[in-house]
Amino acid sequence: MRTQWSPSAAPVTPLSPLHPDDRHPCALGPMDPLRRSPSPCTSRPPSPRTPPCEMLGHVGIEAVLEQLKIKAMKMGFEFNIMVVGQSGLGKSTMVNTLFKSKMWKSTLPGLGVPMPQTLQLQSVTHIIEENSVKLKLTVTDTPGFGDQINNDKCWDPILGYINGQYERYLQEEILITRQRHIPDTRVHCCVYFVPPTGHCLRPLDIEFLQRLCRTVNVVPVIARADSLTIEEREAFRRRIQHDLRAHCIEVYPQKCFDEDISDRILNSKIRDRIPFAVVGADQEHLVNGRCVLGRKTKWGIIEVENMAHCEFPLLRDLLIRSHLQDLKDITHNVHYENYRVFRLNQSHALPRGPGWVNLAPAPADLTATPGPWKVRWQAHDSSDEEC
Amino acid sequence: MAVAVGRPSNEELRNLSLSGHVGFDSLPDQLVNKSTSQGFCFNILCVGETGIGKSTLMDTLFNTKFESDPATHNEPGVRLKARSYELQESNVRLKLTIVDTVGFGDQINKDDSYKPIVEYIDAQFEAYLQEELKIKRSLFNYHDTRIHACLYFIAPTGHSLKSLDLVTMKKLDSKVNIIPIIAKADTIAKNELHKFKSKIMSELVSNGVQIYQFPTDEETVAEINATMSVHLPFAVVGSTEEVKIGNKMAKARQYPWGVVQVENENHCDFVKLREMLIRVNMEDLREQTHSRHYELYRRCKLEEMGFKDTDPDSKPFSLQETYEAKRNEFLGELQKKEEEMRQMFVMRVKEKEAELKEAEKELHEKFDLLKRTHQEEKKKVEDKKKELEEEVNNFQKKKAAAQLLQSQAQQSGAQQTKKDKDKKKHE
Repeated sequence: MRTQWSPSAAPVTPLSPLHPDDRHPCALGPMDPLRRSPSPCTSRPPSPRTPPCEMLGHVGIEAVLEQLKIKAMKMGFEFNIMVVGQSGLGKSTMVNTLFKSKMWKSTLPGLGVPMPQTLQLQSVTHIIEENSVKLKLTVTDTPGFGDQINNDKCWDPILGYINGQYERYLQEEILITRQRHIPDTRVHCCVYFVPPTGHCLRPLDIEFLQRLCRTVNVVPVIARADSLTIEEREAFRRRIQHDLRAHCIEVYPQKCFDEDISDRILNSKIRDRIPFAVVGADQEHLVNGRCVLGRKTKWGIIEVENMAHCEFPLLRDLLIRSHLQDLKDITHNVHYENYRVFRLNQSHALPRGPGWVNLAPAPADLTATPGPWKVRWQAHDSSDEEC
Repeated sequence: MAVAVGRPSNEELRNLSLSGHVGFDSLPDQLVNKSTSQGFCFNILCVGETGIGKSTLMDTLFNTKFESDPATHNEPGVRLKARSYELQESNVRLKLTIVDTVGFGDQINKDDSYKPIVEYIDAQFEAYLQEELKIKRSLFNYHDTRIHACLYFIAPTGHSLKSLDLVTMKKLDSKVNIIPIIAKADTIAKNELHKFKSKIMSELVSNGVQIYQFPTDEETVAEINATMSVHLPFAVVGSTEEVKIGNKMAKARQYPWGVVQVENENHCDFVKLREMLIRVNMEDLREQTHSRHYELYRRCKLEEMGFKDTDPDSKPFSLQETYEAKRNEFLGELQKKEEEMRQMFVMRVKEKEAELKEAEKELHEKFDLLKRTHQEEKKKVEDKKKELEEEVNNFQKKKAAAQLLQSQAQQSGAQQTKKDKDKKKHE
C-alpha cells in the first residue's frame, strides 16, 4: 500500500506516531489468509480461512503500529543507492541535490582530475538525520563507466559489485550464530543516467539495462535535461519507453510486483513518466525573492524543484518519499532471493539434506546473472506480465 | 578490468547536515503502511490446568467470544489445540492464534505433561526453519506460527508454586517468552495476594526460571514497563458477562457479597496484563521470539546436525568437508540398506519358487493318480460291457433255440393232431 503520490513537493503527512521494524521482514509476521500451509507438521494450527471475529470493544491492537515505529526509529534505516552513467552527466551533482548535502565534491570537467583508466566504484557512507529519523545512506559512484573506447563488458564490475553485496549478506545469513541485525549493504536502487541525445537509447544503454534490471532495481533518468526542449523531452521519453518495451527491460517500478489495484494505478502514473528528465544543481540562486536551487545560464535560471522546468521532484518523491521502503523490500524479497536460489542451486552436486545445503565456494566470476525472475509475489503468478 | 572499491570503515561514518528538507522522515510511515497491508501475526500459548479460566481470559482480553467448548477432565494426556482468528481494529489486521493445553494437570502421573508443549513449540520453530532453509522460499508470505507469548496460569492456592508449574516453566523458559499470571484471583484476599506474589517470584528466581522481562531500554516504554514489572505475576480475573455498575455496563463477576470488576485496577491486574501484553510490548514479544528463542533453536539444531561455522583451524569452508563426510556416510548407509533389501527380495523369491515347485509336483502327482484311476475304471467298464454282450449273445442263442424248439414242437403237435385226425377218420 503506497501513500498518496503526487508530483507536488509537499511531504507525506505522517500518521499518528508509528514504529516500523526495519529488520527481517519475516519478523513483521506477514499474513495471507488464502495461503495453504505446506508443512507436514500435524501440530501446526490451520492457517487458511480463519474466521473473522467481531470485537465488541477497543482492545488496543493498533498500538502495535506505534511499537513498530519506535523500534525502527531506534534501529535506524539503511539505504544504498548506486549511480551509473558516463562522466559529465551530473551524477554527483544529482546525488548532492537529492540529499541536499555535499555527499561528493562534484568534479568539474577538465579541471585536472584524470579520467580513470578503468572502471572504479567508489562508495561513500553518511548518516543523515531528519526529524529523529536516522538514515545511513551509502552512495556508490561509477566513474569511468562507458568512457573507454572499447566499452565491452563495462557492466561486469558493476554486476560483480552488486552480486558481491548479495554474497556478503548471504554469507552472514547462513552462519550458525547470526548477528541480530545483518548490516545491509545490498544496492537497493541503481539510477542510470541516459545522455540527452534526443534520439533513442544507445546500444551500450540497452546492453547495460538488460543485464542490470534482472539483478537490481533500475531507475533510468534523462540527465542534463536542460539541453532539451519540452517537446523534445516528450519525444525522447516515448522513444526510450518504446525501446525498453521492445527489449523487455523492466525498470522500477516493475509491473509484475504491483500488489493491488491502488498500487497499479499509482505505479502506472509513474511508469508513464519514466524516464524522468532531471537537472541537478547544488547552488542556490535568488529567484523572485526566493532562494532556490538552480542552474544559472545566460538565458534564465533553471529551477530544479520547479515541475515546469524539470522532473527532479518526481525522482526525489519516488526514491525517497514514497517508494524507499518498497525499493528495499523488492531488493530483499526478489533480487536477493533470486541470487540465493542461484547460489544454492550451484551446490546441487551436494545432495540436499533435511533442508540445509552447504554453499559452494563463492564463484570467482560474480557476474553471472541468475536469469529471468523466478521469484514473484505469491498472489500474482497470474498477473499480466509483458515479458 | 580492475575494480577498486573505496569503502570507508565504520569509524569514518560522518554525520552530514542537511541544508533542506529531503523527505525521508516519512520512512517510518512507509514501513508501517507496508506492514499494515501485510497484516500481523500473534500467537499466544495458554498453559494451565483444566478449568482455570484460560478461554475466559482470552475472551476478555480480546473482547470477543471465541467459540470453544470446555474440556473434560478425562483426557489421557496433554494435547494442544490451536485455533486461529482474524481480528481487525481500525486498519490493523491481526491474525491471532490461541493455543490451549487440553488436559494439563489432569493426569495422575504428570511426569510427561510438559513434553507435548515443548514438542509443539519446537515443531513451530522447525517449520519456520525448514521454510528458511528452502532454496525457493517465500518468507514474506509465511504464516508465522511460532509462539510469541506463553501465559502460564498459576492456580490461586495462596501458598506457592506447584512442582508441576516449576518443572514446566523451567523447560519452557528457553523456548518461549513466559508471562506468569495468577488465575481466578478473586479467590485470594489482598494481603494474601501480596505474600503469594512475592513467594512465587522468589521461587522462580531461586529455581533459575527466566520469565519474560519487559524491555526497559527505550525511554518511551521504559517507565511503564518498570512500574508494571513490580506487579508480576499479574493476578487476573476474566469475565465476559456484563454487570450494571453505576450507570454503565462493565465486565464483572457478580457474587452475593459484591461485584468484582475486571477492568478496575483495584480489583485485579487485568488492565495491566492487557497493557503489557498487547498495547505496549506486542512487537517486542515478537522480536524476542524471532531474534532470541528462534535463533537459539536454529543454532542448536544446526549444530546437532553437525555443522559448525569454523573448525579448530578456523577455516570457514570446513563445512564442506563435514558435509562430504556426512554425505558419504549417508550414501554408505543407503547402499547397505539397498543390499539388504535386495538380498531379502532374492530370498523371498527363492522361497516362493520352492513353494510353487512343491505345489506343481503335487498337482502332477494328483493328475497321474486320477489318470490311472480313470484308466482302471474304464477297463472295468469295458469288461463289464463284454460280459454283458456275451450274456446277450447267449440269451439270443437260447431264445433262438427255444423258438426253434417251439416251432418244432408246434409243428410236431400239428402233425400229431393231423395224424390223430386222420386216424380218427380212418376208424
